[in-house]
Amino acid sequence: MTPVPRAVVEVRDLRRTYRTSTGVFRRRSVEIEAVRGVSFEIGEGELFGLLGPNGAGKTTTIKMLITLLIPTSGTARVLGLDVVKDSREVRKRIGYVFGGERGLYERLSALDNLRYFAELYAVPPREQKPRIEALLELVGLKGREKERVEGYSRGMRQRLHIARGILHDPPVVFLDEPTIGVDPVGARELRATIASLAEAGKTVLLTTHYMFEADSLCDRIAVINKGEIVAEGTPRDLKSIVADKTVVEIETFGIAEETIEKLRNAPGVASISIEERDQAQVLLVQSAKGLELTQTLLAMLEGTTVGRVAAREPTLEDAYVALVDTAA
Amino acid sequence: MSAVRLLAIGWVLHFKMLSRSSFNSVLGVVYPLFFATVAFFLFREGSPHALLYASLGASVMGIWSATSTAAGGALQRERWHGTLELLVAAPAHFSLVMLPVTLAMSTIGIYSMAATLLWGRLVFGISLHIAHPLLFCLAVPVTIVSIGMCGFLLAVSFVRYRTAWALGNLLEYPVWLICGFLVPLSLFPGWVRPISWLLAPTWGMRAIREAAIGGSALPDIGMCAGLGAAYTLIGVLVVGRLLHSARARATLSLT
Ligand SMILES: Nc1ncnc2c1ncn2[C@@H]1O[C@H](COP(=O)(O)OP(=O)(O)OP(=O)(O)O)[C@@H](O)[C@H]1O
Ligand SMILES: [Mg+2]
Repeated sequence: MTPVPRAVVEVRDLRRTYRTSTGVFRRRSVEIEAVRGVSFEIGEGELFGLLGPNGAGKTTTIKMLITLLIPTSGTARVLGLDVVKDSREVRKRIGYVFGGERGLYERLSALDNLRYFAELYAVPPREQKPRIEALLELVGLKGREKERVEGYSRGMRQRLHIARGILHDPPVVFLDEPTIGVDPVGARELRATIASLAEAGKTVLLTTHYMFEADSLCDRIAVINKGEIVAEGTPRDLKSIVADKTVVEIETFGIAEETIEKLRNAPGVASISIEERDQAQVLLVQSAKGLELTQTLLAMLEGTTVGRVAAREPTLEDAYVALVDTAA
Repeated sequence: MSAVRLLAIGWVLHFKMLSRSSFNSVLGVVYPLFFATVAFFLFREGSPHALLYASLGASVMGIWSATSTAAGGALQRERWHGTLELLVAAPAHFSLVMLPVTLAMSTIGIYSMAATLLWGRLVFGISLHIAHPLLFCLAVPVTIVSIGMCGFLLAVSFVRYRTAWALGNLLEYPVWLICGFLVPLSLFPGWVRPISWLLAPTWGMRAIREAAIGGSALPDIGMCAGLGAAYTLIGVLVVGRLLHSARARATLSLT
């Protein structure tokens, strides 16, 4: 009998509700269902992307996996260990990196930050120094490590975050929007670092808002919306969702809400999203391939200033928009 | 062994951070001076003995204030900066993580203690004659460590209750009073005394004064250390449950 390869991360029907209270005088308890029955598996060495709009439940899902939140129901295992019952064992084997300004000791140098976490993760004293050296090298902070973090740029902080997250050489790494707020060049470097983690054999769960990021990095992607997974598969699988679609881009200036609504309900229109570009609002209209909608749409846009119009093949971004839009 | 290392490195780094906050340090040193000054004026009519009494009282007050208000503030800051989650997500036992933080706070109190004694010496001419220097040098660190352990117990509850930092501020003044920093305990109604006895600063204060005037400081030092150890034990015992509850109620982060 050959052993069945076991998933490194196994999530079964995971749910999480938050209870908050609102109101000053009449306090009411409000329940927010942030994650509503999410299931997925990540295999060894896989780079798995969790993609979704703001408030979709990505961070909540990650926090349950890294033992910071207790699930309301459902189970999650990392390397076969239950995240609630064996939380300490799970913690030893995972790394966690989140994006943004937070999560570092500002008044300490990068070196001190890393030393502290090396100690918290029980990295053997003899290995600490070479390990920290190597990581500073990897994330390109060598030479700046003695400066206090408060003087660091966004990109430097983010790279320090990553170094901190993999300090104890964990086999599984969770990255929550690691490139948020980093400039394009810095983000590209970060993506290269993330790809190198996967090459080194680590299992990685990555969340992001950026479709192209997921496309370029991930082996598999799950799209999550309003606490539920609405699609899962390789980037190619997801693209096939829109393979039979075509996209018309219409540049408009000062388009009214009602007009957008009218277009959305027009026959043949599968979904519409709007991108703001300088003065213009670019409508991205998805429809079935072969339907020549352009003229119909332009007729409906009478009275609105229209700029460039182009029809094109759908991208992964369009697949994402279609998924998140139809689920709305 | 690794636990000792973690305690030591945690203490060093948090001490570094606390002493780098110029606002905190200035406040920590200047603030107790006001109270010391008031105390000196109140006690001026008394014997030189009374002035030493006030001077030592005001100096221990500084250590307590540094810890009680800072414990809540620091926890709130860790929460705000997102580092609290990282500390909890680490495999190290949370007690070993939190204890050095509050010990670093009470150690910062040394600054205010020194400043208060110096202020009394320079401005009010209070001579600091210590009868038992050795016992004094034992009483001071024991008091600091016990107050830090008391802060640990507070901090552990702040992890669970997001608004509990206010409690630290609330405790600042009553403890000044009932631990006899400025007013002898004998002036309080009888029912207050058992409460004072449960507070390590009471015994630390007594130990320091006894050592200064030449009394028997050792029993007080013992009581102070014992209570500090008891706080730590309680903290260690409840921390697991409080953390579980914090993870269930999502109070580790701000959002
Ligand atoms: N501590 C909390 N208390 C109450 N509600 C919360 C809490 N944390 C998250 N939520 C809510 O749960 C939902 C999911 O939030 P979550 O942070 O998981 O989303 P996300 O996918 O990470 O979003 P983003 O892309 O903005 O980071 C949101 O509606 C959010 O407002
Ligand atoms: Mg998030």
